[in-house]
Amino acid sequence: MAAEQALTANEYIRHHLTFLSSGAPKGVVDFSIINLDSVFFSVLLAVLFGGTFYLVARRATAGIPGKFQNFVELVVEQVDGQVKDTFHGTNKLIAPLALTIFCWVFLFNAMDVLPVDLLPDLARGVGIEHLKVVPSTDLNVTFAMSLTVFALIIYYSIKMKGLGGFLGELTLQPFTARNPIVKVLLVPANLLLEIVPLLARPISLALRLYGNLFAGEMIFMLLAALSLQGFSELSSVGGWLAVFAQFVLGLVWAIFHLLVITLQAFIFMVLTVVYLAMAHEHH
Amino acid sequence: MNINLTLIVQMLVFIALIWFTMKFVWPMVLGPMDERSRKIALGLAAGEKGQQELAQARERADVIVHEARERAEQIIEQAQRRADDLVEQAKGSATAEGQRLLAAAQQQIALDTARAREGLRREVAQIAVRAASKVLEREIDPSAHADLIGRLATQL
Repeated sequence: MAAEQALTANEYIRHHLTFLSSGAPKGVVDFSIINLDSVFFSVLLAVLFGGTFYLVARRATAGIPGKFQNFVELVVEQVDGQVKDTFHGTNKLIAPLALTIFCWVFLFNAMDVLPVDLLPDLARGVGIEHLKVVPSTDLNVTFAMSLTVFALIIYYSIKMKGLGGFLGELTLQPFTARNPIVKVLLVPANLLLEIVPLLARPISLALRLYGNLFAGEMIFMLLAALSLQGFSELSSVGGWLAVFAQFVLGLVWAIFHLLVITLQAFIFMVLTVVYLAMAHEHH
Repeated sequence: MNINLTLIVQMLVFIALIWFTMKFVWPMVLGPMDERSRKIALGLAAGEKGQQELAQARERADVIVHEARERAEQIIEQAQRRADDLVEQAKGSATAEGQRLLAAAQQQIALDTARAREGLRREVAQIAVRAASKVLEREIDPSAHADLIGRLATQL
């Protein structure tokens, strides 16, 4: 805890919200810098997910499965069932994509349950000043996923319906007319009505995940800030109360958050499958 | 909070991870799962088939046991009949043998009786001759009266 430095709650939280960047950002969009912590943890978790599943899958047997194989099969079967419920075509990509999203996002989110100061303090011990450990509280990470999904939506829409069909879907509904001139006149209105939901998909995907996890992390920080003054206040009743409150509230929030992190991973997965299923459908 | 190179890098990481999952993890997990469900289906089918065969075998066994029992009854009946025949035959032959023996004995008895009667007749004739000679106090010439004696003997 940062008792020696006597941080205010404001400074503490601001410190926690700062990324380990390769440089100071010049403006809201600056492609010359990179958030090292987000990339590091997301790659680490990708390796954790991919490695675990790969090792289990490599030794998978059609006979009696072991405990790990059982677990992996449980996850795979759930995802597969979810995909089959929503998407009825044949597509080799969607199910593995859904599995990747669910597991990866879940692991991102699960980082939130680690004590909020644990890894940043350890990092400070080896001279790293800032460290954000939950990749899904980085807009870059959530947008990277949602934009990839968006690209897949566009790709499959054009692949399944043809460019004309896709553009027709965007411009010739929901208002239709027999008269070609009226049809042309209706194009702007249709385009406006169709393009907004289309663009809203990646944005809502990314912001929903980001918002939920950012808020969750923020609650943990606020709870941690309760006993910010730490050992110096342990002599007072109020200090003890603050520590006790942080423990109880932190526990309650962490348990509740287990639901949130699973649910958010699930929602991201299901919506992706739904969007891709819609991209395959003909109107 | 700003948008930076992380976005691009993360997209690449994401795509790579999807590719990895699609290429290795998914088929390698799903393969054995499908294989297992196939095996289970086969096992269930085999179990059902085995049960059917067992039922059929039981039916066959029942039929065989039934036939065997009928055969056994037939054989026992035949044997009984044969035994009865044999006893009957034995009884017949024993009766015949008895009758034969009886007839032979009767013949013998008749023969012996005849023979004894002949002896007796002779003795009686002699006694009669001796008695007659005593009465006459003189020797009767047996040769002279042989004819008379012989006639007497046959009358006895």
